[in-house]
Amino acid sequence: MSTHELIFAGLDGDRTWRLEDYVARGGYSALKKIINEKISPEDVIAEVKKSGLRGRGGAGFPTGLKWSFMPRAFPGAKYLACNSDEGEPGTFKDRDILRYNPHSVIEGMTIAAYAMGCERGYNYIHGEIFDVYQRFEEALAEARAAGFLGQNILGTDFGFELFAHHGYGAYICGEETALLESIEGKKGQPRFKPPFPASYGIYGKPTTINNTETFASVPFIINDGGEHFLNLGKPNNGGTKIFSVSGHVGRPGNYEVRLGTPFSELLALAGGVRGGRRLKAVIPGGSSAPVLPADIMMDCTMDYDSISKAGSMLGSGAVIVMDESTCMVKALERLSYFYFEESCGQCTPCREGTGWLYRVVHRIEHGKGRPEDLDLLNSVTANIMGRTICALGDAASMPVQSFVKHFGSEFEYHIEHKQCLVPADVQNEGSKIYVGPTC
Amino acid sequence: MLEIEIDGKVIQVNDGSTVMDAATQAGSYVPHFCYHKKLSIAANCRMCLVQVEKAPKPLPACATPVTNGMKVWTHSEAAVKAQKGVMEFLLINHPLDCPICDQGGECQLQDLAVGYGDSSSRYQEEKRVVLNKNLGSLVATDMTRCINCTRCVRFTQEIAGEMELGQAFRGEHAEIMPFVEKTVDSELSGNIIDLCPVGALTSKPFRFSARTWEMSRRKSVSPHDSLGSNLIVQVKHDTVKRVLPLENEAINECWLSDKDRFAYEALGSDERLTKPMIRQGGEWQEVDWQTALEFVANGLKSTVREQGAQSVGALLSPHATLEELHLAQKLMRGLGSENIDSRLRQADFSGDASRSGAPWLGMPIAEVASLNRLLVVGSFLRKDHPLLAQRVRQAAKRGLRVSYVGPNAEDWLLPVRNRALVAPGKMLAELAGVVKALSLAVSKPVSGAIADYVAAVAISPAAQAIADDLAAGSSAAVWLGNLAAQHPQAASLQQLAQEIARLVDGRVGIIGEAANSVGAHVVGAVPGAGGRNVADMLDKPLAAYLVLGAEAEFDFADAVKTRTAFEQAGLVVSLGAFRSVAALDYADAMLPIAPFTETAGTFVNCEGRVQSFYGVVKPLGETRPGWKVLRVLGNLLGLDGFDFAKADEVCVEALGGSPEFVSERLGGLVDVPLSSQPAAEGKGFERVADIPLYFADPLVRRAPSLQKTKDAAAPLARMNAATAAASGVADGQLVRLRSAAGVVSLTARVDEAVADGCVRVAGAHQSTAGLGPLSGVISVEGL
Ligand SMILES: Cc1cc2nc3c(=O)[nH]c(=O)nc-3n(C[C@H](O)[C@H](O)[C@H](O)COP(=O)(O)O)c2cc1C
Ligand code: SF4
Ligand code: SF4
Ligand code: FES
Repeated sequence: MSTHELIFAGLDGDRTWRLEDYVARGGYSALKKIINEKISPEDVIAEVKKSGLRGRGGAGFPTGLKWSFMPRAFPGAKYLACNSDEGEPGTFKDRDILRYNPHSVIEGMTIAAYAMGCERGYNYIHGEIFDVYQRFEEALAEARAAGFLGQNILGTDFGFELFAHHGYGAYICGEETALLESIEGKKGQPRFKPPFPASYGIYGKPTTINNTETFASVPFIINDGGEHFLNLGKPNNGGTKIFSVSGHVGRPGNYEVRLGTPFSELLALAGGVRGGRRLKAVIPGGSSAPVLPADIMMDCTMDYDSISKAGSMLGSGAVIVMDESTCMVKALERLSYFYFEESCGQCTPCREGTGWLYRVVHRIEHGKGRPEDLDLLNSVTANIMGRTICALGDAASMPVQSFVKHFGSEFEYHIEHKQCLVPADVQNEGSKIYVGPTC
Repeated sequence: MLEIEIDGKVIQVNDGSTVMDAATQAGSYVPHFCYHKKLSIAANCRMCLVQVEKAPKPLPACATPVTNGMKVWTHSEAAVKAQKGVMEFLLINHPLDCPICDQGGECQLQDLAVGYGDSSSRYQEEKRVVLNKNLGSLVATDMTRCINCTRCVRFTQEIAGEMELGQAFRGEHAEIMPFVEKTVDSELSGNIIDLCPVGALTSKPFRFSARTWEMSRRKSVSPHDSLGSNLIVQVKHDTVKRVLPLENEAINECWLSDKDRFAYEALGSDERLTKPMIRQGGEWQEVDWQTALEFVANGLKSTVREQGAQSVGALLSPHATLEELHLAQKLMRGLGSENIDSRLRQADFSGDASRSGAPWLGMPIAEVASLNRLLVVGSFLRKDHPLLAQRVRQAAKRGLRVSYVGPNAEDWLLPVRNRALVAPGKMLAELAGVVKALSLAVSKPVSGAIADYVAAVAISPAAQAIADDLAAGSSAAVWLGNLAAQHPQAASLQQLAQEIARLVDGRVGIIGEAANSVGAHVVGAVPGAGGRNVADMLDKPLAAYLVLGAEAEFDFADAVKTRTAFEQAGLVVSLGAFRSVAALDYADAMLPIAPFTETAGTFVNCEGRVQSFYGVVKPLGETRPGWKVLRVLGNLLGLDGFDFAKADEVCVEALGGSPEFVSERLGGLVDVPLSSQPAAEGKGFERVADIPLYFADPLVRRAPSLQKTKDAAAPLARMNAATAAASGVADGQLVRLRSAAGVVSLTARVDEAVADGCVRVAGAHQSTAGLGPLSGVISVEGL
């Protein structure tokens, strides 16, 4: 039972984010390697493909493949964007990467820019973690001063200008095309796809968007080889992954482990279910991922394929742990409220449907449920799923569908008895702030 | 070409087509709200979901590109299920107030809900309420009904050129609104009413006055600017209730300017003249038509008899119908006078001798789309010609580069690449500079007649830039706007514009001021040999004037001079739809003739298109169609050829009964020595006069809702900071403006969109009529 740290390796104390510490940890050696050994952009992409790196932002799309979509011969400007908007409830890994190891992202982006021929990049940072944005600006200044960024990087012809851009805290700005709109200074609303960002991105130019953690993984792939990275995880699920474990555990926090690590190990790393209670359910990949009951979850390993087979998604790697004191109706009410508030309002099914879902769940939770409500919830989610401009519609629907599917009896109990299956005192006890054993 | 199968039908579509395009082509109707053929694709309503082979989920037809071999079902079970799902979402928060909604009967949501909605709602929660917004005097809101399709938003941004509406807030809280404390002030704003698929945006003037099914729909043609927008006039109980666009891709597309749309309100104005009136012994009295026409006929006859035919003249509005203009000129010529003119706001007639044919746009309107260079000279393009400007705006998005020479630089909401912002008096030299630079750029000599003049001018940087830009184009036009037409050196400006067009093998055009500016030329509503033009007729007052559809203080180049001339005349016969207060002083007879909705008529628009229309309602009171009044007058005067039974017969005679009659008479080119006369003389600043769009003709001046818009605000004395400093006045200060003709007081406004040394003072307004000529020198003095 142990973590396996790449991105988080050697991070101790306050100064670890600085350039000199990063370099001391071996930072920027991947960039130098590419430059010194004159590795071609094609070979960089091939290496990333080989590594089995999949996007850490939620969809798990193979990164090397995504990079290969960028039109190589495109004559004008091409852009690179890093998605540090991290608004998904339960997810808090990107802010720690940026807080403690910002140069890993800068290096990863610079390598990506080299591989895809991008002359400019933006790191879009969630607006409610302003200190992280400010620190990233400082890190950029350091990298520019040291010749790792800007024109003539490491004395070559290769140039890449990278900028920090902060949002204002809207969850939807994490959706990649809303993020592009927001960078352009417009209201953050997703674009209809096609065209995809690789052909029509920032200011209509070819653009690649990856998650913070995705970029932070790149230097390790270049340094140790794609093969090595792949073997850290399992086939099709290469590398390590940072899991943000939250909820009813002894030591909530970020844990970087090899993909394929059994869930039980991750849970143990996080201190186990707090207070020795029984595990009830886990949302394994951020609030948008379907919830899984304890027994199914305990059989899973933490990787894209295993979680997907179990009927959920690894998503952003936010593991929300719920113990037996949790009222699943209340939990869903909170989630549904989030999507209701965060829908951008552009397309009809999501704008109208998220409010409908929330109101029905809210009614059930408050003792005003009706027998037909569960069918209604299923039917409304079916009318949202797959019919919206972006995946937020699906994200709002999946929790509802999975909660009703796995914990339907709790909902029925609520509707019938106008009260909760989980006794109030148990819930109260469970909701107390828990101070776990110190690590 | 791509092949696609839609609902079992195999068709070929152009590359880049969407499934919606293909469905339209195949004749399959796909329900939709946000999609509109003239707007960008938003794909937000999701009503157009269709089933596509191999696609795991339904796809929006409006946004899905056709791929070769695609198979689509628009009405399969899966498609209809998806469409019904969306319809349910649209209805859950929509108020059930159709019975009191103005959109009732013409609501896309209502129509589609019949086919795709359920009779009872599964939504048992509280419905959303959205506060209404004040968008100004033309568009009423009921925002709770809004389905957030963003058509209105996209219209303001893409067609009108300025994003005056936006979608604020997120999710269910999303609301369409103008910017804080702002209204929608576009001159095209009314189109959002047509675009709104529900009753969220409706017409404020029309509100609650009729249901769509109670009204008949009649075709007509807009009598305002020279575009000739096609209209549907909706009529109930013999009253015009509303005006909508009649789609005509070649002219107005599916749009109308607010002027076209809302001016109908003037038809019911209290100021309508409903009975013939004559003044005898200084007293006005209402009389019957027989008495009035005999009075007029006798007056004209005795004037001709006593002072000769040269002592009478006709001043005819270019907004009048072809039939009226034809009969009026025929009547004058029948009396033996060639004193006929319709170019009432113009000042320079030196081109008349050389001009043949009617000045026109020089090209079909629709061909604006294929231009890649446009030089505009002297125009308030956006306000003078709202829909023509809209076409230029769209063309500019596809690469048309626009340049401008003139004394004004207000925002046209389209990119003007090069601009020579010069006083009216310097326009000729500036344009000559363009000719000079262009001749060098394209290595073609300047035409002999103007070579000397051109050789003597210096090329300004702006002129050079304009010339370089024109030279780099391949399909150019040079347009003279209303300001150029009203310029004291109009013919010389035109001469240079023609030269520029020649040097780049482009086209030259005169945009034209009014609905029938071209028609008036074609039927000879201009002086013939030996006749006097309007300026001449007013400089040396005549004994008798026949004035058709024009008002002395608003519709002429010099309000003071016109008024004086009319007051001195022995007989002024005013034919018009309205009782003008000023005419009570100067006229001797006022004859109520029908506005465009109450008579048959014809307009020839700026591209030379002949458009006839019928009256849509009965004339008000004792109003008569103008052509009938002139016919009877002709008969009473004993003139030949005034026996017409129908307006069509007048039109046939006027246009020689030949379809090519008009096209053969388009031209209007001049050949004049360039003016050596300065445009403005004396010490002071040059006046630049715009004709504000809601004062330009008698109808709009009396349309109450248009009069409440920002565009109808009282004129200001606009000048740039340097001019203001030179005259010692500050922004907001009351100033006295003095011309040779008189004095008026206005508020000063510092406005960098006015050329140095100029003061922009609108014409066609009571508050500025006292200044006299639209051009020339005025002094400014702070009060
Ligand atoms: C509603 C919504 C919110 C999202 N928020 C984030 C986010 O905060 N961070 C992120 O990296 N990806 C987010 N995504 C996923 C991105 O759209 C995109 O897939 C991702 O940034 C791609 O990077 P990757 O391939 O490296 O994962 C979101 C997607 C949706 C639909
Ligand atoms: S699905 Fe929701 S968040 Fe995404 S575009 Fe549509 S309304 Fe906006
Ligand atoms: S006001 Fe009308 S046009 Fe505008 S978004 Fe709402 S429904 Fe659409
Ligand atoms: S018409 Fe296609 S989504 Fe609205």
